[in-house]
Amino acid sequence: MNDGLPLEGERQMQEEIGQVQIFGDFNEEVPGTEEYLVIGFSPGSMPLKQRWRNNGLSADFLAEYLATFFPGNEEDTIKADKTIEVKSAVSYVANELLENAMKFNDETSQQPISIKLEMHSDRLVFFVRNSLKSQTIVKFQSYIQELLTGDRDELYLRQLEHNGQDENSGSGLGLLSIMNDYLAKVGWKFEPSPKHPETMTVTTMVQLDL
Amino acid sequence: MEIKTDDYSVAYEPGTQTVNFQGSLRLSGAEEYADITQLLSEVADQAPENITLDLQNLEFLNSSGINMFSKFVIKVRQQGNTSIKIQGSKKIPWQGKSLKNFQRLMPSLQIDLE
Repeated sequence: MNDGLPLEGERQMQEEIGQVQIFGDFNEEVPGTEEYLVIGFSPGSMPLKQRWRNNGLSADFLAEYLATFFPGNEEDTIKADKTIEVKSAVSYVANELLENAMKFNDETSQQPISIKLEMHSDRLVFFVRNSLKSQTIVKFQSYIQELLTGDRDELYLRQLEHNGQDENSGSGLGLLSIMNDYLAKVGWKFEPSPKHPETMTVTTMVQLDL
Repeated sequence: MEIKTDDYSVAYEPGTQTVNFQGSLRLSGAEEYADITQLLSEVADQAPENITLDLQNLEFLNSSGINMFSKFVIKVRQQGNTSIKIQGSKKIPWQGKSLKNFQRLMPSLQIDLE
């Protein structure tokens, strides 16, 4: 990534901003689910630091809520272990997605942030939506391209090593760990906010096989 | 050396050269992890033969926390005179999934999941 004149690819991307763009495994039409939960966060006047606790609280709540749908038999240790594993995965994935959404949300846009968890028989699907500052979009989309086309094991290692040297970088590990450690499929949809087309939003979709 | 909050505690036991973690770590980034990073740095600076990270009661770790531990592993690896052992728990699912990444940073790092 350079900070000078945009490369040809970036120029192209800049022209495309303002239209709908899809990356990775993104499919809103996952059929036949009756069970889902949505949590919406109003645009906040409270600073991010004070609201930070909510990420963990919300993620854990989603995990607990989900667990009620798992047929339970306390004596069945295999099922009990599976439930613990899935709850833990939901807590982690939802927490990371919310942390990203909160960090990258454009606070000036007055757009809410939302997280939706769909419960299917064979997988869980998360949709997290937040607004984005337009100047961050090109860099973000470049990063997504790297995530999708690169060797993710190598990317993970490189990111860890890079973070080891660079005092100031954000960790950049959230999405990578979701894909590598939790083997989740991830996709993104960029589109102008329907009611406020000057604001771009991104919906991140994560599929976790059960 | 000890750090204690409502959500987590981190304590160094000099006798066993073990850093003990309890609770849940979900801090927002390197800045918020600075205290723990500092504690780990001070332990590393003593250059003991081995450092044990006891994570058996660390229920939750976010990616910024993984990042923090990674920086520590890299620092110790670069110093070259200290080995690291991680004691984890099979009952805590994130550990089975994410701890192995530290071994990729430092192949000699030992992981014990009980």
